[in-house]
Amino acid sequence: MSDPITQAGTPAPRPGDDKPRPGMSERSIGLLGDRKKARLDELAQASAADRGGISLVRDAMRRLKRNPVAIVGGVIVGLFVLVAIFAPLIAPHDPVQRFDELTKGLTVDTIPGASSGFPLGSDPLGRDFLSRMIYGARQTLFVGVLATLIGLALGVLIGAIAGAFGGWVDVVLMRLTDVMLALPSLLLAITLVAMASRSSQWTVIFAVAIVSVPIFARLLRGSMLAQRESDHVLAARALGVKERNIVLRHMLPNSLTAVIVQATLTFAVAILDAAALSFLGLGDPDINRAEWGLMLGVDGQRYFEVRPELAYFPALAIIVVALGFTLLGEAMREAIDPKNRR
Amino acid sequence: MLRVIVRRLLQLVVTLIALSALIFIWLRNLPGGPVEALLGERATPERRVLLTKALGYDQPILVQYGKFMQRVVTGDFGNSIRTGDPVTEVISRAFPATIELALAAMIIAVGLGVPLGYLAARWRGRWPDNLTIAGTLLGISIPIFFLGYLLKDVFTQNIHWFPPSGRLTTGLDNTNVTGFFVLDGLLTREFDASADALWHLILPAITLATIPLAVIVRITRASVLDVLNEDYVRTAEAKGLRHRTIRGRHILRNALLPVVTTIGLQTGALLSGAVLTEKVYNWGGIGTLITDSISGGRDYPVLQAIILLAALVFVVVNLLVDLSYAFIDPRVRVR
Repeated sequence: MSDPITQAGTPAPRPGDDKPRPGMSERSIGLLGDRKKARLDELAQASAADRGGISLVRDAMRRLKRNPVAIVGGVIVGLFVLVAIFAPLIAPHDPVQRFDELTKGLTVDTIPGASSGFPLGSDPLGRDFLSRMIYGARQTLFVGVLATLIGLALGVLIGAIAGAFGGWVDVVLMRLTDVMLALPSLLLAITLVAMASRSSQWTVIFAVAIVSVPIFARLLRGSMLAQRESDHVLAARALGVKERNIVLRHMLPNSLTAVIVQATLTFAVAILDAAALSFLGLGDPDINRAEWGLMLGVDGQRYFEVRPELAYFPALAIIVVALGFTLLGEAMREAIDPKNRR
Repeated sequence: MLRVIVRRLLQLVVTLIALSALIFIWLRNLPGGPVEALLGERATPERRVLLTKALGYDQPILVQYGKFMQRVVTGDFGNSIRTGDPVTEVISRAFPATIELALAAMIIAVGLGVPLGYLAARWRGRWPDNLTIAGTLLGISIPIFFLGYLLKDVFTQNIHWFPPSGRLTTGLDNTNVTGFFVLDGLLTREFDASADALWHLILPAITLATIPLAVIVRITRASVLDVLNEDYVRTAEAKGLRHRTIRGRHILRNALLPVVTTIGLQTGALLSGAVLTEKVYNWGGIGTLITDSISGGRDYPVLQAIILLAALVFVVVNLLVDLSYAFIDPRVRVR
């Protein structure tokens, strides 16, 4: 059953992309005489992603390196991660320290702009805005990565169980994802946060993560179900490879590429959703936390009339980073698409 | 066909029941419980016991759920904690505003998205294509509430083209018939009210349309590219059919199938986006209701009803989209 409801708001992932390629069967079966199971396992595994001696991943990498879109995306993501890691070295000031020079200039309708030592001026509490932007990369990366990883882990777990067992387990788990997909993504996140007694950084991460779970689960399940009937799994089964090993060593690794690509795209959605939650007043209440979504959603909105830069800079940062991850993710998706193989 | 419809309807009911059960159980297990939410932390134990009894919370959870469902089926979702009004009334007052906004956004998204996607596909790899793709990427990467503020700043503060917020100019009298202000004006022949409502509608609708527009452009482009390579298009060209005929009857008609699916899926994005857009423009629809129900002390009866309603709308729209296939695509009918 392939109801389109399964692929909520996101640009449709294509679970069928990892279908076994024709022409593999003779090779795998031709080696059946060999009794060394371990080696066969390896071969069966390789055969799924192998054509003409170049592995799918290496072939995809080769195409990625030639794709300017991937390079732009990769550079943005790389820079973002570097800034996040080296934030304490780059930032001129402590992001939570309130400076007298800056607090002096704060009134109801003015927030000091650029001055010597503070290139981007002050935030509404008299802290160095530039340093907060730089540290913001770190917090944003943290929220995005954690939300994506939690969503990925839960989704992969559900999808793998559904895809491995099939039958009623599959039906029950997929009904569960249907229920999650029946709610629009941001509304689901809002509901989750609203149900928590008080919001914190963790409720935001959790809510944003849960939204992506059904997408990952559906994607992985589709890809694994497609493989259940494929030749390399049949070959492994004929050799008497344990069911658990078939799932863990043959089906799962071959299905993960699509999931990893989806994770790249999910990261972009995660930081946008986190910003939206902050905007709705459901974000992290910690006033010391420097995170772009929080800066844009809370201060950026509240002081938009007074000093729009407080919104512009975090917004620009979010747009560029979301764009970077989307470009990289889409280039990767294109690269692993078998249709593009030559 | 009928069997498919019945099966899908059953699935829909199961999904909604499961969702309502999840929400119900969740609400009963809130820290402090719903009684605390209603009375606040400092209520006397006597009042708590009284309210617990009055609300039936002393009964077994299954009995409670049964009663809840019984009332829900008759359209009774209880009363709003914040205002005391019946939830059904609160929601039906806000619902038309959101539908009006969402419809306007969808008209913009489809009306612009399909032609743009088609043009991008025809000019594949050339500058119109690259420009469109770049635009769609920007569209899905921009936080839409920020875009809303930006548009509002430019078009209402710098150049006064549009009103900054609300659905009507205050003081303007309009007769409420359906709750859709543009339509109401036309029905009652108060054309000034209609025009004013439309004026207020434009900026919010553009803001809300951003993401669906970007997605529809991309799907249309990809879909047209797929169809362009089909044999029947080459055959049509070889037959010497006019370009207009090929474009309309062979390319677009086939390419629009995935687009129709996308339109259904974008209902979700519209409902999510409405929450943000309505806050920016102070729109007073379901989105505003959600925000208010959360920030002004958590108004759980209202939230619960909205969540179920949103799920119902989303699932029903997608069911309709699936069914519409049978009318658009004869191949589906045969199956």
